[in-house]
Amino acid sequence: MIEARGLTKDYGEKRAVDDLSFDVRPGIVTGFLGPNGSGKSTTMRLVLGLDRPTKGRVTVNGKLYAQHPAPLHEVGALLEARSVHTGRSARNHLRVLAQTQGIPRSRVEELIDMVGLHDVANKRAGKFSLGMGQRLGIACALLGDPHTVMLDEPVNGLDPEGIQWIRGLLRGLAAEGRTVFVSSHLMSEMSLTADHLIVIGRGRLIADASVDDFVAAASKKLVHVRSPQSSALQGVLSGLGGTIVELEGGMLEVGGVTAEQVGEAAAANGLVLHELTPHLASLEEAFMDLTRGELEFGHAGAEQA
Amino acid sequence: MSAVPVPASELRGRVTQARVVRSEWTKLWTVRSTNWSLFVAVILTIGFPILASAVISSHWAEHRHQGFNPLDPALVGSQIAQLAIGVLGVLVITAEYSTGMIRATLTAVPKRLPVLWAKAAVFAVVTFVLMLPSVLIAFFASQSILSAHHASYSWHHPGVARAVIGAALYLAVVAVLTVGLGAIIRNTAGGIAAFAAIFFVLPPLMNVLPTSWNNAISPYLPGSAGRAIIQLTHDSTTLAPWTGFALFVGYALLSLALGAIVLLRRDA
Repeated sequence: MIEARGLTKDYGEKRAVDDLSFDVRPGIVTGFLGPNGSGKSTTMRLVLGLDRPTKGRVTVNGKLYAQHPAPLHEVGALLEARSVHTGRSARNHLRVLAQTQGIPRSRVEELIDMVGLHDVANKRAGKFSLGMGQRLGIACALLGDPHTVMLDEPVNGLDPEGIQWIRGLLRGLAAEGRTVFVSSHLMSEMSLTADHLIVIGRGRLIADASVDDFVAAASKKLVHVRSPQSSALQGVLSGLGGTIVELEGGMLEVGGVTAEQVGEAAAANGLVLHELTPHLASLEEAFMDLTRGELEFGHAGAEQA
Repeated sequence: MSAVPVPASELRGRVTQARVVRSEWTKLWTVRSTNWSLFVAVILTIGFPILASAVISSHWAEHRHQGFNPLDPALVGSQIAQLAIGVLGVLVITAEYSTGMIRATLTAVPKRLPVLWAKAAVFAVVTFVLMLPSVLIAFFASQSILSAHHASYSWHHPGVARAVIGAALYLAVVAVLTVGLGAIIRNTAGGIAAFAAIFFVLPPLMNVLPTSWNNAISPYLPGSAGRAIIQLTHDSTTLAPWTGFALFVGYALLSLALGAIVLLRRDA
């Protein structure tokens, strides 16, 4: 459980995180979404106490992170910025972290195997590819078998197999009752892994809702329709009160009416249709709408543009 | 690649100062620059005195009349080795900032100060343990070369044992002081520049001051205060051996304390 209350962080004149309040609950995967530069990484650094909040506070299982006697057992974190000495091997990097809280050597070996770094564990971390670096970072995060796992952009640089693995890993960790908090700037990735979404833009909370609610609230319920008698159809649809936007290739995007209404109206007027598709806004589109132009909403349930 | 971590119960472990010391010990020996710097420090500490004594020995006629101090060639290496120790002391911390390792370190030890204490203690002890035999070898080797001219000190000559062991102590304090500098400045180039300024730039600058000012200030500069312990003779322009050394330790602790404040206050 991560609880942020009025969390605010200024870097000089710039406000990176602005009065954020949210809970990240155990047992589900919570996606932390926002465009690049929206304050996700800063928020995660505040959770870990790497940066000190200007105002507000954030706790992990009821305590400030630094107050936990065995912090790596509380929170395992993968930060977006590289956090490895480039001259040290992956195995030694893990050992060094494990030793700070008496985590046995066997756990280090177990994680090296688990993340698939066995063949390169003695190579200097500075020589690692982005994907290998991510795997090492994930091994670090899981080292203390933590209650809370917090990963900043974990799929960055991973190959498709690695991305599949991360998705399974996150779901597995949540299923074990752990708190899983994962940031991404890619909505599509979150739609595949997350159960709940916390969306921020410019450091502020835009939405805090389940993925289903988020899509429902944000989706516009549009219909795509194409007809050789386009102008006649437009007249009929206008009569039904639909809003019409002409897309490429003679496609019409109609809002305010259902696909059934469009089909029935076309039949009643003897108009030929070549295509008729109900179009639910994807999570990606919902996200784009939300974060476009600094719209600010307390909850996804609020009115959408 | 499976997604099943082991049960938490087996892994319960708190952060303790001893565990952080162990981690810092491992850190020190698992990076190439450390091994190289310490190797260079040992070679300089032993090699230079042997070389210097051999050269002096072969040009003995020039030295015989100059109030020659046989301890000078014996400890010249340790004075050069302080470059390697000082640079490494700065790097012990600043390399963590430049690579980002500091974020992993402070995530594992979020109370932060145990990391600084461990780094200073581990590096100071390693320095002393490596440098003590090095200066002893340097002393006995150089003196045995010089003994051909009956111009060597025995171990029992007054002040010699204190000066030789003091050379290793001096380097251990340099280690603590530079770890502190690294923590204050957090940047490799800046940290090394500060170390060089304090030990190598500031002392000659004192020569532009009026002599009375120079004599009043110079003995209290960190380097000269620290070197009081490795000098056999003391006059009005030098501090007494242990007084000077105590002041030097004071500087090192001040540097470490300022480093601790910076470490606690600044965002990582």
